[in-house]
Amino acid sequence: MITHLPILQVITPLMAAPICLLLNRSQLVWMFSLLASGLAFLISILLLQQVMISGVISYELGGWQAPWGIEYRIDKLNAFLLLIISGISTVVLVAAQTSIEKEIPKDKYTYFYVLYLLSLTGMLGIVATGDAFNVFVFLEISSLSAYALIAMGQKRQALWASYQYLIMGTIGATFILIGIGLMYQMTGTLNMADLSQRLPEVAQTRTVFVSFVFVIVGVCLKLAMFPLHLWLPNAYAYAPSIVTAFFAATATKVAVYLLIRFTFSVFGLSFSFTTIPLQTLFMALGLIGIFIASATAIYQKNVKHIFAYSSIAQIGYMIVGFSLSTVTGLTATLLHMFNHALMKGAIFLALAAVIYRVGNVELNHFRGLGRQMPLTMAAIVIGGLSLIGVPLTVGFVSKWYLLTALVEQGWWPIAVLILLGSMLAVVYVWRIVEVAYFKAPLDENIKVKEAPVSFLIPIWTLVIANIYFGIDTRLSVQVAKGAAQSLFGVSP
Amino acid sequence: MNISLELMLQLCIIIPFLATFSIVASRRYPNLRESVTLSTCIVLIFLVVTLYQGLSSGKSISAYWWELLPGLTISFDIEPLGMLFALVASFLWLVTTCYAIGYMRSHQEKNQTRFYMCFAVAIGAVMGLAFSANLFTLFIFYEVLTLSTYPLVTHAGTEKAKKGGRTYLGILLTTSIVFFLLAIVSTWLVAGTLDFKPGGIFADNVDKVIASTLLVLFIFGIGKAAIMPFHRWLPAAMVAPTPVSSLLHAVAVVKAGVFTVLKVCTFIFGLDLLAQLPSTQFLLYLAGASVLLASLVAMRQDNLKARLAYSTVSQLGYVTIGALLATSSGVIGSAMHIAMHAFGKITLFFCAGAILVTLHKSKISEMRGIGLQMPITMIAFFIASLSIIGVPPTGGTWSKWYLMMGTIETEQFVLMVILMLSSLLNIAYLLPIPFHAFFPKLISFKTSDKLSGTTNITEESLPSFEIKEAPLPSLIAIVITTLGCLTLFIYPQPLFDLASAILTGRE
Repeated sequence: MITHLPILQVITPLMAAPICLLLNRSQLVWMFSLLASGLAFLISILLLQQVMISGVISYELGGWQAPWGIEYRIDKLNAFLLLIISGISTVVLVAAQTSIEKEIPKDKYTYFYVLYLLSLTGMLGIVATGDAFNVFVFLEISSLSAYALIAMGQKRQALWASYQYLIMGTIGATFILIGIGLMYQMTGTLNMADLSQRLPEVAQTRTVFVSFVFVIVGVCLKLAMFPLHLWLPNAYAYAPSIVTAFFAATATKVAVYLLIRFTFSVFGLSFSFTTIPLQTLFMALGLIGIFIASATAIYQKNVKHIFAYSSIAQIGYMIVGFSLSTVTGLTATLLHMFNHALMKGAIFLALAAVIYRVGNVELNHFRGLGRQMPLTMAAIVIGGLSLIGVPLTVGFVSKWYLLTALVEQGWWPIAVLILLGSMLAVVYVWRIVEVAYFKAPLDENIKVKEAPVSFLIPIWTLVIANIYFGIDTRLSVQVAKGAAQSLFGVSP
Repeated sequence: MNISLELMLQLCIIIPFLATFSIVASRRYPNLRESVTLSTCIVLIFLVVTLYQGLSSGKSISAYWWELLPGLTISFDIEPLGMLFALVASFLWLVTTCYAIGYMRSHQEKNQTRFYMCFAVAIGAVMGLAFSANLFTLFIFYEVLTLSTYPLVTHAGTEKAKKGGRTYLGILLTTSIVFFLLAIVSTWLVAGTLDFKPGGIFADNVDKVIASTLLVLFIFGIGKAAIMPFHRWLPAAMVAPTPVSSLLHAVAVVKAGVFTVLKVCTFIFGLDLLAQLPSTQFLLYLAGASVLLASLVAMRQDNLKARLAYSTVSQLGYVTIGALLATSSGVIGSAMHIAMHAFGKITLFFCAGAILVTLHKSKISEMRGIGLQMPITMIAFFIASLSIIGVPPTGGTWSKWYLMMGTIETEQFVLMVILMLSSLLNIAYLLPIPFHAFFPKLISFKTSDKLSGTTNITEESLPSFEIKEAPLPSLIAIVITTLGCLTLFIYPQPLFDLASAILTGRE
């Protein structure tokens, strides 16, 4: 059993999805999905433990040997990601049943859970597999289910948002496929470990350059890196709230993972950063992304839009850390992936609770919520403080590492810019705080109640995680550092 | 008592935080709630005083909590400067709570539970800050202090409070995150440690340019020290209820700022290095300019609290100057000024609040003749003003004395002149207030030509002679702090011992 963990990780939600269709009773389906996701979470914990103790796990699918068969390869990096994805998915699912009551027609409940599980499968698969083509397959599974999930949003704009995402996502996926195809053409293999062995021999050919560019652009589309982010704000804003919470916390992380995996493991550090000027390009784009997205967030009227733009800005931080191509920089990026998942999970779940009680998340409907929904608003405030990077929250930890990484390399001006950028977060978070706490409610007669317990439990689980992992950083720092070191081939 | 000193040190920080739970639990019973706060104050003072005795007997008291990031720990260590700050803050917390009970009730403020709760958190943060053993711990409590005081500043919940809060948070967070944090990270990378060590943590051969830059980052980054141009938050914070202005913006928050400056100068840079850095000179003049300009601005304020706020900005400059002078008299003067100014300024704020709740006056121009109605308050105001100016028989004399000595020792004659000028300006903007209050006719006679038509003061418009003092708890508080100002003049020895022990190590 324990040796089959890598495949069980992916297959559990995959098998649960069709069973949901058979069950077809909303309450039952919810419980079952929760169970499946919880099981996946458990497996990811076991996997991480195993990886931390005994190093990389290689699993041959169906017993076929590695370069020919599909290999699942779990090292610290993907074990960390698997933990983030399945953990967030489980916490978010707790609130799902209550939330979709108000947002999705009753006859679609089952499909919702089926798609949710498929999307989860896709993401877990992308991360777990060690086979480049398999990445594409899972990418399509997660993307297709994502398009359908977003289209389920209650407003008509959801369809358009989903369509936008469909077009951009498909272009991205196609680019990745072309890139993988070209790699296959040059090396005759699809196994990542194998590719990394064989690519250096042909590194100076135009085909490899082209394949690299296709893969990077495709991945950057999926991770909504500035200026390829245009699909994200609407997709987040109009999707059902639960979907937003799940995607905001996990989807872009998976794309960042792919970026790291392809540049560091497949193409190799020297090719990605020496042959190609990725550093300058990514640092510039990351910084511009931070400023433009944060500034745009300030002017949004819909709170989901505010935090969607904030997500794009936060991706900028990950990209800057990545572009440094040092162990500390990569540690900062990995830490921020984990930490950002916690903050955005908490914030978007809290927004789901606001939608449940108030009906929408336009900023002026937040008036008076500080009194009416104190626990929910407190969660948004703590999540916001974490985004700003106040000490004792997770945001501070990742910021500390990013700053250390920048100053270590002598990038002082960039460090100042990063800090100034995080002040923009103060502005957009405080706009919400001021409306919620200082303005009287729009209509005094409408009594808005605090969110139901089924929301408060997952929201506050994540909020407490935000504080806990801001104080006890042993787990996150150790894993992130270990993963970064192994990507650089440094023995810890 | 079998509690070890180490445990007491930790209790000092934990107890105020725990008190918040009891305060929330007793929110339906105001009397119970206030007694919870009061008893917490008393316990805290007891703990701090016991620790002080421990420190005086030469014991080393430190505690270690946990390692937040590899190499960066949350740990505490008591040294004389932190002790001094903790003593002042915990004592004045008790007095302020006493004052606040009178003030908040007679002013019928809302959300009093939140008020007392945030107050307790802020004091807990101050204790953590005062006892922190490294810059990292200090930074964490510094930020906790900023955030916990935001709800206090915006207590009124009005549009004006919201705006004030915006400036408050905006400036304090921006400076602390953009400059202070960057300085801390860089120090960590340059020096390899963030522990406070007598004589500094930088190696002797540290690059002067880098150290200079770091010093500038630190001084600008510690926005709570309110060096111009980052002083705007302090006047903005005056929208807060008076007890908040008095404790937080005359004692806890601003003193946390200058305390941090002093701590960084003596324990991170070390006076020897500090004296060699080219940026020290620049920062000294900047602080001097801050002292002078803030005094000038204070003269033009008609709102009493605003005038006091600018006066605070100016007085904080004194402490920064003392720290940057990098001599022992400068440091002693600075450390003593933290205490002296705290007592003086808190009294002035108490008086301003007392005038507001009893006579509903906040403008200085309306305060003629009120000395006849509120004699005790205005006498207290007079004495506290003397302490701020720095003349006997008040405590402020001593700290100014040492600061002056510091400027003479280092031959910074420009600064000496600035300090003297500023004292004159203090006289000009503080003393007329009690003077007008007691001798309304005299003044009105002199200036009647100028004022004619607008506020022509005649016999009828003068206030009645009926005595109408502030609520009793508030009055007691005022008397206590005023006596404090006087006592510190007569009996400054313990304070001086603590201040002079900062550089020589433990007593």
